[in-house]
Amino acid sequence: MNLFTLSFLILSFTFSLISADKALKPEQYPFSFSKPLGKIDKNSAQRGLQVYIEVCASCHGLKHVAYRSLEGLGYNKDQINRIAAQFQIDDLPNEEGEILKREAIYSDYFVEPYENYNAAKVANNGAYPPDLSLMVKARKDGANYIRSLLLGYTDAPVGFDVGEGYYNKYMAGNVIAMPQPLYGDDVEYKDGTNASLEQEVNDLVTFLTWTSMPDLEDRRSAGLKVIFFLFIMTIVFYLSYRKIWSELKK
Amino acid sequence: MASSKKNTKGIINWIDYRLPVVSFLKHSAVDYPTPRNLNYWWNFGSLAGFFLLVQIITGVILSMHYTAHVDHAFDSIEHIMRNVNHGWLIRYIHMNGASFFFIVVYIHIFRGLYYGSYKAPRELLWWLGILILLLMMATAFMGYVLPWGQMSFWGATVITNLFSAIPLIGDSITQWLWGGYSVDNPTLSRFYTLHFLLPFLIVGVVVLHIVALHTHGSNNPLGIDRKGPQDSIPFHPFYTIKDLFGLSFALTIFFAVVFFAPDFLGHPDNYIPADPLKTPAHIVPEWYFLPFYAILRAIPDKLGGVIAMFSAIFVLFLLPWLDTSKVRSATFRPIYKILFWIFLIDAIVLGWVGSKPAEGIYIIISRIATLYYFLHFLILLPLLGKFERNRPLPESIGKPVLAE
Ligand code: HEC
Ligand code: HEM
Repeated sequence: MNLFTLSFLILSFTFSLISADKALKPEQYPFSFSKPLGKIDKNSAQRGLQVYIEVCASCHGLKHVAYRSLEGLGYNKDQINRIAAQFQIDDLPNEEGEILKREAIYSDYFVEPYENYNAAKVANNGAYPPDLSLMVKARKDGANYIRSLLLGYTDAPVGFDVGEGYYNKYMAGNVIAMPQPLYGDDVEYKDGTNASLEQEVNDLVTFLTWTSMPDLEDRRSAGLKVIFFLFIMTIVFYLSYRKIWSELKK
Repeated sequence: MASSKKNTKGIINWIDYRLPVVSFLKHSAVDYPTPRNLNYWWNFGSLAGFFLLVQIITGVILSMHYTAHVDHAFDSIEHIMRNVNHGWLIRYIHMNGASFFFIVVYIHIFRGLYYGSYKAPRELLWWLGILILLLMMATAFMGYVLPWGQMSFWGATVITNLFSAIPLIGDSITQWLWGGYSVDNPTLSRFYTLHFLLPFLIVGVVVLHIVALHTHGSNNPLGIDRKGPQDSIPFHPFYTIKDLFGLSFALTIFFAVVFFAPDFLGHPDNYIPADPLKTPAHIVPEWYFLPFYAILRAIPDKLGGVIAMFSAIFVLFLLPWLDTSKVRSATFRPIYKILFWIFLIDAIVLGWVGSKPAEGIYIIISRIATLYYFLHFLILLPLLGKFERNRPLPESIGKPVLAE
């Protein structure tokens, strides 16, 4: 084997490695929660909730999240009831045995957009819009991934066949069945923030990080105390260990 | 005060005369004579016991809220994470506790390999240890199925399918394991039962492991037998405090992971509910199975792969006889010491390649590493005992320590 064939082999091998995983690595963004002790920016998450309700909720559910848990984002009970009341949910069977709809309330879980799995698929050209409750945990580097994905719609390169889907360089395989959901100015923020595309996406990802990890802030603040306590305890045990063993040296 | 102390003593003596629990504990955890020269690698046994307890306690609490049904399992985990008080903490401890249990036990095993702790008269002690490893693996494998995420389902499918490689009866065995024609509800509920049961069997084997240990006492970094009382110190307070220090240190690292990177050791796909119609791009088991997974995939034949994978563990049972050297500690075995480190690197390479897709260069690496794994045990160790010239052994444990 001469040098030329060797370098050709190495090159084609590296190439095959790159092309095996066509999706681009997500761009890193400094969210309020990115640092180990960072917190969820509540205002941003509230705006994210608004984007979710006005844009994503028609296709994606949040089935693991209860309206009551929105207290964690700083809403009070009345506000939460008002948010829930925008959605209709199946009531319990009435005395005639019929199931009627009623407005959702504080104690309900986020109402599902479709009656069932098949209905969701049919409405989206055969692609099921996955539940978003755990999306940030269900993808590698989830927060950055979703952000890059929502910002990453471009025209497909010449000759690339996207079929029924849309081109997105962050999606595995580069084709996604979801049409670009956000363009900027899709919502009118209640707090007056300018709803640029990037702003909407950052708010949304902050909200979805909270739905994936409602424990995040409790966990981090408890963790800090526990680690501090263990650190001190380790030092105390170490000193006692040295003290007790020093008797052996005598 | 003094009289009440006397009374307690009286009661304890009364009980102990009839049921010698107190003198048993005193004998085996207080006075128990221990080599005076144990280093930090000897901390990992008690750490393993601690993590077993953690798994049992958190597991029992989880099982009060968990639902073993294909339609509810995934949601019940989210119920634990979101609605049960401190449920996220209990679950993250259990999840990462399994990983730390394996880290600790693997270090414990490599400690044994380095210092020759498997040699006479500790062969059965070693065997009981491997049995614990096997039971742990079964337990962890079935535990990982319980959340019923994508990796749960597909991991279970891949691993149970291995049994179909057995000639003639393979398919029937697989169906018997599944309780049907695929991994489904019957599989989940039996895995849950076994996942609950096996840890208590492990406790039983751990008790035997400790009985065997206390029969001849701990090995030590020099690998030589104790010559007299000057070589030993009582377990309490010397090793109780050292174990407590080690435990506290390990817990600091453990809780740093639990609180700040609880999903670091897991796979994102397991937060996607199981879908029998959608195979994930790469099915990978938990990290602690990766070296064995690599061996499985290194062999081009399915049955051969399964045999190789199981042999990789069973060869450990033969180790006391494959290693023909009479010298225990690698400290006095210059060539074995090098082979030990090469073997450790080989195991890490296997783990790494096990996480990669089975294609191209990875297949070649996994084959070389698998070959070396068996070469180490089946050829190198038996021969080495015959040819290696060991460094002179010290006369006693007490001497070099006192000379320091
Ligand atoms: C018209 C319906 C529709 C709307 C509106 C919509 N999506 Fe989607 N979404 C889909 C479908 C369909 C898929 C499945 C795509 C696939 O599998 O290729 C999807 C997939 C996704 C995924 C998963 C991508 C992956 O890695 O698999 C994310 C994240 C997502 N959507 C976020 C959002 C967010 C955030 C919004 C609101 C801004 C939104 N979607 C609005 C239909 C929709
Ligand atoms: C040898 C000790 C044990 C090991 C190694 C172990 C390991 C595991 C693992 C790896 C999981 C999956 C975690 C996840 O990804 O979510 C799990 C889940 C679970 N285990 Fe255990 N476990 C042990 C003991 C126990 C015991 C004794 C019980 C009950 C008495 C128990 C009950 C459960 C339950 C209910 C789950 C599902 C909840 C969950 O997935 O978080 N475990 N176990």
